[in-house]
Amino acid sequence: MNILKKLMHKSRCKSPSLFHLNTGSCNGCDIELVTCLSPRYDVEQLGIHLEGSPRHADILCVTGPVTRATLEAVKTVYAQVCEPKAVVALGSCPASCNVFAGSPVIEGPLSKHIPVDVYVPGCPPHPDAIINGIARAAQILAERGVREEAKGEPQK
Amino acid sequence: MNLSGLIHLFVFPGLLFAVPAAWFFVWGEHKAAARMQRRIGPPLLQPFYDFVKLLGKRTPSRRGIEADLLRLYPALSVLSLLGALALLPVFPAGVSFSGDSILLVALLELPSICFILAGFTSGSIYGEIGAIREAVLSVANNLVFLLAIVTVAVTRQTFRLADLAGPTTNPGHWLGVLGILLCIPAKLRLNPFSTSSAEQEIYSGPLTEYAGAALGMWKLAHGLEWVALTGLVASLVLPAGGEWVLHALLFVAVSFVQVLLLSAIAAGTARFTLDRSIRFYWRWAAILAILAISSAIYMGYRS
Repeated sequence: MNILKKLMHKSRCKSPSLFHLNTGSCNGCDIELVTCLSPRYDVEQLGIHLEGSPRHADILCVTGPVTRATLEAVKTVYAQVCEPKAVVALGSCPASCNVFAGSPVIEGPLSKHIPVDVYVPGCPPHPDAIINGIARAAQILAERGVREEAKGEPQK
Repeated sequence: MNLSGLIHLFVFPGLLFAVPAAWFFVWGEHKAAARMQRRIGPPLLQPFYDFVKLLGKRTPSRRGIEADLLRLYPALSVLSLLGALALLPVFPAGVSFSGDSILLVALLELPSICFILAGFTSGSIYGEIGAIREAVLSVANNLVFLLAIVTVAVTRQTFRLADLAGPTTNPGHWLGVLGILLCIPAKLRLNPFSTSSAEQEIYSGPLTEYAGAALGMWKLAHGLEWVALTGLVASLVLPAGGEWVLHALLFVAVSFVQVLLLSAIAAGTARFTLDRSIRFYWRWAAILAILAISSAIYMGYRS
């Protein structure tokens, strides 16, 4: 039984599927995230891959300061990602609303609406920092999976 | 069922061989694409990790007949592909009966039908668009695929797979094999015939609503399709007989070379629109297939 749990833990660390959600970002962080898939950084070595559907994903990568128009989408997409899941906030915008703070159309920061596991600050963050953040999120996700399975099914 | 049949179904080229081979071939697919783009690509065990991870996801519970159907389709695909693999004439002493190549074609087509049905059952608009595209593409490539299989059968005057295996000097046989090879990218939904799962347009097509273990089964079915289709070509071109270990190794090697080749082509091409895909199969590939079958029939009359 223990060996199966270890295998599951390892598999979750080794195979993080990302879903990329733009909540009104200026596209800077989006470009940096896509750069991670390019030959120079090649995150597929770590088993990281982008998925088209939130149902297929483990880690939600959020960019942007959460505008009013995207707030419902953020909540819906977060609910669509199957447990165990983790959230990475890419860039300064989801962390602090950045230069948009105080604007009447901004509903951020992101942590007001969904739980965030890893912040990768920067405007935009360096691809190395993004990869580091995703790798940490994968660790957090794997440990959360083990904890929840030890406890039994979560309450949701 | 006799012992040899059971070995075919469960050991080689069935379950025990096919599942690791499916993961290995999917790895080869991604690795070849990565090398084409000057990347390093995924580690060897990546498809296995992906599969195990998907088994551990907690999926939202659905109720009713759709839920059962959506669980049934990937399982049916995997089972039909395992059945198709068991029919492959890798060992001459395997299960073989008159007309088993027709059964093989049916079993190879079932996953595509399940894929289409899954798209319509899921109720997602992306799934429905993907299902329509897959249905049209399946009609397009099956014309060529069936003609190619019939060409191979006509050159040997039999539908028994055990008698079709192995190379001949008859050019009809090789044209038939070429026709089958031309259809593999469409059957596997690879570039340039990947409209049905075009992620930039329709997310994951029919699989958009899938999650967790059922999605893992679909990915396994994709790997098994690789093994079955490349294995069919390998068994048609490899000479039968000889030391069985050597024969099995050659079978894997020839299959894997096809995986690398087709993935390299997929990585090097852009996606065709649906009408271009149909035009390719119903015009150029169909001309080849019709020439092949008519020459095979003509050669049959002459001899």
